[in-house]
Amino acid sequence: MNLTLKIWRQKDAKSAGKMETYPISNVSPDSSFLEMLDLLNNELIDKGEDPVAFDHDCREGICGMCSLYINGEAHGPDRGVTTCQLHMRMFKDGDTIYIEPFRSKAFPVIKDLVVDRSSFDRIQHAGGFVSVNTSGNTQDANAIPVPKRDADKAFDAATCIGCGACVATCKNGSAMLYVSAKVSQFAYLPQGRVEATERVLNMVEQMDKEGFGNCTNTGACEVECPKGISLEFIAKMNKEYLKAATCAEK
Amino acid sequence: MSKGFSKTSVGRKVLMALSGFFLLIFLLQHFIINSLSVISPDGFNSTSHFMGTNPLIQYVMQPVLIFGVLFHLMMGINLELKNKQARPVKYAFNKPGENSSWMSRNMIITGIMVMLFLGLHFYDFWIPEIKTKFINGDMSGLNAEGGMRYFEELQHKFVNPIRVGIYCLAFVFLSLHLLHGFQSAFQSVGFRHNRYTPTIKKLGNLYAIIIPLGFIAIALFHFINSSH
Repeated sequence: MNLTLKIWRQKDAKSAGKMETYPISNVSPDSSFLEMLDLLNNELIDKGEDPVAFDHDCREGICGMCSLYINGEAHGPDRGVTTCQLHMRMFKDGDTIYIEPFRSKAFPVIKDLVVDRSSFDRIQHAGGFVSVNTSGNTQDANAIPVPKRDADKAFDAATCIGCGACVATCKNGSAMLYVSAKVSQFAYLPQGRVEATERVLNMVEQMDKEGFGNCTNTGACEVECPKGISLEFIAKMNKEYLKAATCAEK
Repeated sequence: MSKGFSKTSVGRKVLMALSGFFLLIFLLQHFIINSLSVISPDGFNSTSHFMGTNPLIQYVMQPVLIFGVLFHLMMGINLELKNKQARPVKYAFNKPGENSSWMSRNMIITGIMVMLFLGLHFYDFWIPEIKTKFINGDMSGLNAEGGMRYFEELQHKFVNPIRVGIYCLAFVFLSLHLLHGFQSAFQSVGFRHNRYTPTIKKLGNLYAIIIPLGFIAIALFHFINSSH
């Protein structure tokens, strides 16, 4: 395959960036999108140019590290996959492909296509955990009965890999799908109910502090999420928040 | 309710939804009353007189309604401005149509169009009504010939084809607004259920089409009648 790549190049966080054009040839349709970028970077290094910086780690679709806004969609045109799982056969020979970083005030660009997603970490730190006394007599979590339906829901929410595609896709740059998944995965479990009130209040407060936008229920995040996280969790978070904000004894 | 509920992203969307529910109920009762103008002019006259002179409706419900409309508008603009700030650098290439409907992405446009129409609607109906009742002090509901004035006034407003055209166009925007807004309001207050949500979506689509179409039909009915 011969392709034309239009890639966002930005020297560092403070520099202004712009789209640069790179022709690339002999791309195998069976290669992954990141392998295609590796190929481009080898060519750039051979020519003595600065390679394109992009995020990646496991390349198995489970770490949530790879990002990229490809041809107007987070993680590209395929559904239910991360960029590392996107294959070049999704494109046609001769195509022009636009590659941009995830855009959000809360995800500032560090270099080229690499963005700082530590805002997600700070939201997690605000409440995305269950406090456990590790003095040696901790109760086995499996000893607490959990209804199968709730366990399944909690598991579905927990499959969120925190890649940020929801934020990148949302026209408002909202992080509610991510935060709702993190709130819900504990809210459905008896172990998580103990801190449910503080968790939802603190995580939403941190989300707002980070500068994410407001959810207007377009549903775009659900469509582009590589793990298929459902809007159902946003409704769950809204309900949890409403309950916490109206009934909390604080 | 915790301090600052209306300042949080979730709190704002809940309040937006609650004001939306209130306006949905108001719109339904407005439609029912307007329908009377087609079915029974006398019924329309007596209902309009009751609505226009009942102290509870005039002094309690009417201010609440005006507050609800303004709140929905101001909150919508506020949310839109905050959302614009959340993405200061736009994408060079974007395909929003791949993952969301036009209606869901353009609530601010359809909403502002409806609000602009409401300005005309207030100028046409509400301001003359307030002038008649509270400035001229005429609470009788009667015209110069001694008959009830409401039906006659309504018919008179639908004589001008440009005004009827604007009226119909506004309800097309309202329909587009409701096609997303109805089901979105349920999601915002946390109501989503495998059994009921599909029904809510169908009901929302029906409401969003039937009610605005009904208003348009009423306007066209009076326009056609007046031109014969």
